[in-house]
Amino acid sequence: MTTIAATPLTVVAELTHRCPLHCVYCSNPLQLTKQDVELPTSTWARVFAEAAAAGIVQADLTGGEPLVRTDIVELVKAARDAGLYVSLVTSGIPLTEEKLTALVAAGLDHLQLSFQGGTEETAQSISGTSSHRKKIFVLQWLKRHRIGVTLNFVIHRQNIHELEEMLALVEVHQPGYAEFASTQYYGWGLINRQALLPSREQLERCRETLKAAEARLRGKTRIVFVVPDYYAKYPKPCMGGWGRKLMVVTPEGWALPCHAAQVIPGLRFENVKEKSIPEIWGYSSAFLRFRGQEWMQEPCRSCDRRHQDFAGCRCQAFLLTGDAAATDPVCSLAPERNIVDTVLSCGDLRPLVPSEGNNNYVYRSNPD
Amino acid sequence: MKPEPNAIPRLAPGVRLNDKDQQPRMLLMPERILRLNGPSSEIIQLCDGTHTVEQIAKKLHALYPRTDSQRITSDLIDYLILLRDQRAIDY
Repeated sequence: MTTIAATPLTVVAELTHRCPLHCVYCSNPLQLTKQDVELPTSTWARVFAEAAAAGIVQADLTGGEPLVRTDIVELVKAARDAGLYVSLVTSGIPLTEEKLTALVAAGLDHLQLSFQGGTEETAQSISGTSSHRKKIFVLQWLKRHRIGVTLNFVIHRQNIHELEEMLALVEVHQPGYAEFASTQYYGWGLINRQALLPSREQLERCRETLKAAEARLRGKTRIVFVVPDYYAKYPKPCMGGWGRKLMVVTPEGWALPCHAAQVIPGLRFENVKEKSIPEIWGYSSAFLRFRGQEWMQEPCRSCDRRHQDFAGCRCQAFLLTGDAAATDPVCSLAPERNIVDTVLSCGDLRPLVPSEGNNNYVYRSNPD
Repeated sequence: MKPEPNAIPRLAPGVRLNDKDQQPRMLLMPERILRLNGPSSEIIQLCDGTHTVEQIAKKLHALYPRTDSQRITSDLIDYLILLRDQRAIDY
C-alpha cells in the first residue's frame, strides 16, 4: 500500500548557517554549510513559488541567522509575492530599525525573536556573544509595526531559574506569543546534554510558573511550553509526522523531512537545484522512508497513539538506539526507554556556575 | 474576557486571511493555521475592525434565520473569546 502525501503546510528555509551567536544547543548540524555554496536569491524565489503552487502556505525563514543574508529583504518579498505567510526566525543581532521597516514593507508577517536567557550574563554564557541588550532595542522597534511577534526562550538547566525575568520581558512588551521551548538533544544540544538537561524538580517548578503566567496573560500573550521530551510519557509528534507537513531546505538546497535528518545513515536526499518541490514532496525516497505507518515496529505498529505522535522522532530514535525505525526511546512504552532513564538518573543535574570556571560547553562553531 | 456588544473585533497583528481565490479559506497565524468553514469563515470576515459584536450578531441572524437568535449571539461570543485567547483577534 502506498501512502498518499497530504499537502505540506510549511517550507522551512534555512537560508544560511552563518550566525553571530554560538548557542550550545543550536539545531544546525555539526557539519555546517559554507557561504560559497549557499543558494542564490533566484533559486530561493523559485522554491517559494513552487512551494506555494504545491499548496504550502507558510515559509519560515531561518538559519543560522537569516539576517546575515544581504538579500533578506528580497527573499521576504519573493516568499510573500508567491502567496506564502512569511515568518523570520532571528536572534535580532544584525537588525537595524531601517532593515526592520524594509522587511515589513516587503511583506513580513511574523518575527520570532530568540532569547538565550533572562539576563545578559546568562545569555552571553549560552551564546558565547554579547546579545541580550540588543534584543531589548529590537522589541522597542517592533512596537512601531503591526506584525506578529513571538518571543522564543530556549530553556534548559542553566537558565530555567530565570523564568521570572523572561516573563517580565513578556509582560512589559506584550508580544502575541511567547514560546518556552525546552532544548532538544540533537547535534550541538546532544554534545552539551549533560550541561543542559534540567532536573525533574526544576521542570515541575517551571510548569507551575508557566501555568500561572498563562492564566494571567490570557487574551494578551499566548504562552506555549514545549516540554523536554526526556521527561514526557509519550513522544512528541516530531515535525507533525515525517513527510507529512513540513519540508526543510538547507542553505545548500537539500530537501529534508526534518532539520536533523542528515544524521540518519542511508537516506538519499534530493536537491532543489535539480528537482522541483512537488517532485521532492511526492517522490523523494527520504520523504517516503518514514511516511505513513508501514515502516513502524512494535509497539508502535499496533498502538492507538500512532496516529497522534507518529512513533516520535526518527532522528532521536537513531541517535539513542542506533535504529532510525525504532520507537522513539523517550516513549514510556518503548522497549529502549531505559536508555533515557539512565541518562536522567546518572546525570549530575545541578546548575553549572560559569563564574567558577566549570563551564564545559562545546560552543557551536561557524562555517569556515 | 467577554466582549461588550459595542466592542469592535479585528484580526490580531500577524494574522490574516489567505487570498480570496485560494480554497479552502484559512486564517494564517504565527506557526499555525485555522481552516475556516461556514459560520467560522463568516465571523472571521466580519472581524475587520468596522463591525461591532452586535452588528456581527445581526448579520449572522440574517444568514441563519431559522436558528434561535439568542443561541447565535451566545455561540458568537464564545467563539470570539476563543479566537482572542488564541491571539487570532483583538477587541
